[in-house]
Amino acid sequence: MSSLQSLDITARSATNRTPPSIREEVEVAKLIDISKCIGCKACQVACAEWNDLREEIGTNVGVYDNPLDLTPSTWTLMRFAEVEPEEYEFEWLIRKDGCMHCADPGCLKACPAPGAIVQYANGIVDFVSEHCIGCGYCIAGCPFDIPRISPKDNRAYKCTLCSDRVAVGMEPACVKVCPTGCITFGSKEDMKKHADGRIADLNSRGYDQAGLYDPQGVGGTHVMYVLQHADQPELYQGLPKDPKISAAVDFWKGLAKPFSLALLGIASLGAFVHYFAVGPNDAEEDEDEDDKTRSAAATDKED
Amino acid sequence: MSAKPKLIQRYTSSDRVNHGLLALSFILVAMSGMAFFHPSLYWLSAFFGGGEWARVLHPLLGVAMFVFFFIAMVKYWKHNLLTGNDFKWLGRLGDVMKNREENLPPIGKYNPGQKLLFWTLVVTMILLLLTGIALWQPWFAPLFPIGVVRAAAVIHVISAVVLLLGMIVHIYSAIFWIKGSTRAMLRGTVTETWARKHHPLWYEEMTSGQKK
Repeated sequence: MSSLQSLDITARSATNRTPPSIREEVEVAKLIDISKCIGCKACQVACAEWNDLREEIGTNVGVYDNPLDLTPSTWTLMRFAEVEPEEYEFEWLIRKDGCMHCADPGCLKACPAPGAIVQYANGIVDFVSEHCIGCGYCIAGCPFDIPRISPKDNRAYKCTLCSDRVAVGMEPACVKVCPTGCITFGSKEDMKKHADGRIADLNSRGYDQAGLYDPQGVGGTHVMYVLQHADQPELYQGLPKDPKISAAVDFWKGLAKPFSLALLGIASLGAFVHYFAVGPNDAEEDEDEDDKTRSAAATDKED
Repeated sequence: MSAKPKLIQRYTSSDRVNHGLLALSFILVAMSGMAFFHPSLYWLSAFFGGGEWARVLHPLLGVAMFVFFFIAMVKYWKHNLLTGNDFKWLGRLGDVMKNREENLPPIGKYNPGQKLLFWTLVVTMILLLLTGIALWQPWFAPLFPIGVVRAAAVIHVISAVVLLLGMIVHIYSAIFWIKGSTRAMLRGTVTETWARKHHPLWYEEMTSGQKK
């Protein structure tokens, strides 16, 4: 959201060299324990309050999801799913959706604007709107379908993990406000330990498949879930089972870049070498030479 | 060389204006596109007033390029159909590269290299336009499923690189290699000597007094 310099930057979009930083920082994480969530949306409201975002008043279409999807001014959203994980079993699963703050962020990889997306040393992935050019490549890069482009200024927005609060030692607004303690925030290591305890508890209550959602396909995330059914994350309003940066994006922003420049360089060099090795093809000059040889031949004959 | 060389008209003024606009839009669209393609080339966006303006202008310039190309395509496609002689010519690329016309079969208005470039342009321009629409923020990209947008990005890049490779060959050949070609594009005429040497069949056609 803003270029906060109180957090060290480890990755910066469209930048060839690593940004400077010699310090080591603890990785942070937000843990969302879905088994404890009551769907009160306090986190959603706190996010809007802290970040001063006001969603347009929409229409009720008969579901609790409100608004229906993430928007440029709704950075976190409660998604409600009525599922039957097994026959004759019914569960209401409520997931707080928002940026997962991937260790290997697809948005950052896809972004062509230098510094428009940064990753801080603590793991938070942040959009720096002043550098955003509104191309929407971050949307193509994201395996979680998170960033949204605002029609107001054509720039991309998403959850910042309250980087401004974290920078001054506070927890994100959603964590602060959660009435059930379902959202916790701290070092990633601590959050994993905390999750272990929660999972053991869930296991003892009959949720054999309870587990931590920290997908390794994106190098792990800095927003993690405790899921009752960790074997079926899709139950939670389509949480991807094995999110990865798309192979297309990988090629486009990986191999294609140096390979194409090399190819264009070789072609230009080839033209350069051809010019000096073979030389131009000049019709008029050849004609002159023909004349010369002809007249030379004529002189030879005369002699 | 005492007398002024005899000239043959190769391109009309409307041909030249269209080619000039095509070339200009290509240069601008290539510069803005390269700025998004590689971080080391982002500085090219400065020519457009920064990254955001480059993002706004790139698709508009791209559409302009396509329109100018489309005009050229309609005008020239007939001259660019490959003939039997063309395949023989392509089989002797070594002689082509070494400026040995005497070993090559006679060529009409365009040589097989030019024809292949033409068809490369037809394919890449159409692909660039179609995939460009799927990437065009904020107007059209949101209408496409994310898988289509990702595939479009890859095809857009590959087409652009192929087009740029074609342009390196085209620009080198026309400006540096085959002397006298630039004159055709800037002033519309070529010398008879040039025509006889590079496009003998076309030369015959032009001087036999039958066709225009």
